Amino acid sequence: MSAKLFLLQRASAFVLAFAVAAHLATILYAVRGGLTAGEILSRTHGNVAFLAFYSLFVLAVALHAPIGLRNILREWTPWRGRSLDLALALFALLLLALGFRAVFAVFTS
Amino acid sequence: MTAAEGSGTLGVEIWRGAEQGHFQTFAIPRRTHQTVLDVVTEVQREHDSTLSYRFACRVGMCGSCAMVVNGRPRWTCRTRVSEVAEDGRLRLEPLRNFAVVKDLAVEMTQFFDKWKEAKGSFEPGPEPKRDFAVVPPASKERQAADAGIECIGCGVCYSACDVVAWDEGYLGPAALNRAWTLVNDVRDRGQSDRLDAVSGGGGCQACHTHMSCTSFCPKAIAPTYAIAGLKRAMLMRSLRGAP
Repeated sequence: MSAKLFLLQRASAFVLAFAVAAHLATILYAVRGGLTAGEILSRTHGNVAFLAFYSLFVLAVALHAPIGLRNILREWTPWRGRSLDLALALFALLLLALGFRAVFAVFTS
Repeated sequence: MTAAEGSGTLGVEIWRGAEQGHFQTFAIPRRTHQTVLDVVTEVQREHDSTLSYRFACRVGMCGSCAMVVNGRPRWTCRTRVSEVAEDGRLRLEPLRNFAVVKDLAVEMTQFFDKWKEAKGSFEPGPEPKRDFAVVPPASKERQAADAGIECIGCGVCYSACDVVAWDEGYLGPAALNRAWTLVNDVRDRGQSDRLDAVSGGGGCQACHTHMSCTSFCPKAIAPTYAIAGLKRAMLMRSLRGAP
C-alpha cells in the first residue's frame, strides 16, 4: 500500500467514524418516531444538507472499502499487481455508482 | 529459586530436521539457574552431537541464540528453565518465519537483507561534516533513537510477527525499528530514500499494530512505536506533496 493509499484510507476512516454514527443515530431517531417512508422522503426531498452529508458518506465508503479489501486480498491470497488494482478500482466505481444512485433517488423523489 | 529448580529431570522435545522433521525427546537433569541454552548445549554435548543450533556470547548481547520455547520466541541464553518449563517440559523449535537450515538453526539472510532494503545504515551524504555533531541527549530525536538503538538483531520480533507470516515482502519490526532510529539521526542525509524504502508495499503501513514484536522483544524495545513513528513521518511527507 502506497503512502497515498494509506493516507486516503485513514482520512476516509476519520470521516466514516462520524458519518456512520450520524447515519445510525438518524435511523434510530426516524424509526423511533414512527415516521413512514413517505414522511422520511418528504424530509429528504430537496434537502441540500442531506445530499451533502450522504455524498460525503458515499465518497468515504468508496475510498475506504476497496483499499481495505485490497490489503486483505494481498495478505490472504497470492493476488497482486495491476489486475488486483483494476478489480478494486472497478469495485470503487460500483460503490460510487450504487451509493450516488441511492442518494439522488432519495434527494429527488 | 523454586523448589523444582536444581533437582529432577526435564523432558526436552527438540525439533530435528529442516522444514520437514520431527521432535526428538531428551531427558536432561534440572540444574540450579539453568538456562534454556544450557539445556540445548547439554543435549548436544552429552546426548547427540549432531544437534545444530546457534549461539555465541551467552550473555544477551549477540542475538544469535533465539528459538521458540514452548510456543514463544525467546533469547535462550537469558531465559531460565524455571521461568518457562511447563510441567517439567520444554519444547524447542526453530524461529518461526525463517527458513530452517537444520534443527534449531535458521537462515537469517532474508531478515538482514530487509535491514538493507529499509535503508538501515547511516548515510553521511556526499559531504559529511568534518567536526563532531552535537546531539543533545535530551533532544526529542536523540531520545527516540535511544529507545530503539539497543536492538541485537535476534529475530525474536520477526518470528513473533503475524504480518511477516502473511506477507513475505513485509520488512518486519527489526528493520523498521532500525530505520526509525536513523530517521531520528540528525546527522543522516539519506532520509528521503529511507522514507521511500519504508513506504513501499512491504513498508511500515502494512503493520497491523498487533504488538507481538513489542511484547516479545527481549531488549524491551517497542518496534510498534517505531513503526508508528515511521507512519507519521511518511504521512507528513505525503501531505507535503512528496510521493
